[in-house]
Amino acid sequence: MSHESTYVPGTAIERWLDRRLPIIRLGYDSFGDFPTPKNLNYWYTFGGILTVCLMIQIVTGIILTMHYTPHVDYAFASVEHIMRDVNYGHIMRYAHANGASMFFIAVYLHMFRGLYYGSYKEPREVLWIIGVIIFVLMMATAFMGYVLPWGQMSFWGATVITSLFSAVPVFGDALTTLLWGGYSVDNPTLNRFFALHYLLPFLIAGAVILHIWALHVPGNANPTGIEVKSSKDTVPFHPYYTVKDGFAIIVFLIMFAVFLFFMPNALGHPDNYIPANPLVTPEHIVPEWYFLPFYAMLRAITFDVLFISSKLGGVIVMFASILLLLFLPWLDRSKVRSHRYRPVARGFFFLFVFDCLFLGWLGAQVAEQPYILLSQLATAYYFAYFLIILPLLAVLETPKELPKSISDDVLSRSQKKQAKASSPTPVAQPAE
Amino acid sequence: MNSVTQAEQGHEEQEGETRRDFIHLLAVAATGFAGVGVVLPAIHQMNPDASVRALATKTVDLSAVDVGQAIKVMWQGKPVFIRRRTEAEISEAAETPVNVLPDQLSRNENLSGSEEATDANRATTAEWMVVLGVCTHLGCVPLGTDDGDNRGDFNGWFCPCHGSHYDIAGRIRKGPAPENLGIPPYEFVSDTTLRIG
Repeated sequence: MSHESTYVPGTAIERWLDRRLPIIRLGYDSFGDFPTPKNLNYWYTFGGILTVCLMIQIVTGIILTMHYTPHVDYAFASVEHIMRDVNYGHIMRYAHANGASMFFIAVYLHMFRGLYYGSYKEPREVLWIIGVIIFVLMMATAFMGYVLPWGQMSFWGATVITSLFSAVPVFGDALTTLLWGGYSVDNPTLNRFFALHYLLPFLIAGAVILHIWALHVPGNANPTGIEVKSSKDTVPFHPYYTVKDGFAIIVFLIMFAVFLFFMPNALGHPDNYIPANPLVTPEHIVPEWYFLPFYAMLRAITFDVLFISSKLGGVIVMFASILLLLFLPWLDRSKVRSHRYRPVARGFFFLFVFDCLFLGWLGAQVAEQPYILLSQLATAYYFAYFLIILPLLAVLETPKELPKSISDDVLSRSQKKQAKASSPTPVAQPAE
Repeated sequence: MNSVTQAEQGHEEQEGETRRDFIHLLAVAATGFAGVGVVLPAIHQMNPDASVRALATKTVDLSAVDVGQAIKVMWQGKPVFIRRRTEAEISEAAETPVNVLPDQLSRNENLSGSEEATDANRATTAEWMVVLGVCTHLGCVPLGTDDGDNRGDFNGWFCPCHGSHYDIAGRIRKGPAPENLGIPPYEFVSDTTLRIG
């Protein structure tokens, strides 16, 4: 895309097609000969893993659609029909349900990778923003998909989350009624969620194409955070990274298979095997694990701030925690991308990762003390990390010296490794 | 040839508003109005349809409800709690001063909704307490209607989702819910027949 095309059509048919629609050229230049930094580690394989996740979700999802009935009287029964009667239906459904969890595991690791290596910084801001949009679309898709089996958690999760919109001042109630298509979550709601759940993955696929396009204009970032300086710093995408990504995908699929075949319900909530009942709320409503950190932040706001009620405050905080990511390239102004060379920021980063995990744990606890106070502290750190710590460190921190080039870094690292392997002393002595 | 040059000259000479500008404005405005005309039905179709709106009222027979008992009925897809309160509960609710309430508005659709949240403004007849069974926090169904339910710290209703406690008049007393439980429009058709909606 941004590099000079090196594609040479080999056959007459390819030459004919290349003059009319250079689609083979596009594929070759993007995924064949694309110059890629030679120092990418396994944290950089999640893009490929996520592409596989999206394809698995779309294929299993279309298959499930062929057997599912989006109606309040039949939805739960049709899902059980898929589980018991449809040939291989239980595998398709478990693959789709666990596939969503795998998708989020991969996307969170992909995002933490981006945060650690500063992948969002100039000139990759648009790449990062498209990524945040994909993340938001993923969350909307996953939320609506979870409603479709019409179990107790489906129904009450949908009620709680759609009721968030009633916190909007003035027209909140009208907005909620519009979302529901009635006065509560009911058949119209289920129908529209089904339609949108089918639509959104294709929007995600479109956004993924833009994401890859925005990646290929500046080219990949890399663990050193310094730009590619010469062709010595790069290797062609194929075979180097097709093989590396391929290996990572296989390892990832093995983990997926462990869940799918040996503990398919480990990540779900047993209450969703109870049909939806609008008269009985489950004792303890918990969202799927991948929403827990945001749920914890929603519940952390138990106090009014000026004219903002605690309910609206919680909604603002929850949405802000995601939308804040859009502004990250302008919040972290440090010239050094990679946290490898930012000793102070690095500490705060790992604390931030711990904070996110801790929020996830808190989101699964009951809404009582001491969990409320802990949620408030963890929420405060989440926001402070982006709004105070990163902007301040950009000015205050003295980064370590950067390597001269990617090649230099790779060479010095491999020399260090060899030195370690050949002699027990850290400094190799010259031979006499 | 001559006419072309004249037209070009004429175009260059015209400064400010031209007929072409007018056509642009007209085209944009027409597209804008047409767009609104397309978007409005496309959004409004999501609002409650005629069959949903038709289920707007519900008649309930209360003859089987004893003093101290409560029942749940569905109205517009939402639960409505109807409690026949005891003398002790009525006096407890009536004696609660309004200034200890987090939400001091009656939230009663049979009145304007903005009166003080006294017990008299919450219940049309002191004996029957009729409230929407929808927590004003995030829409869960509070416990406290069925026998043996947790009725919370104020002996009314308790929402298990995020821990909101309501008193015997359905007023929020403790927890994250911002408002008292709603009171739907209702009237007693006879002593034991209630029409909601």
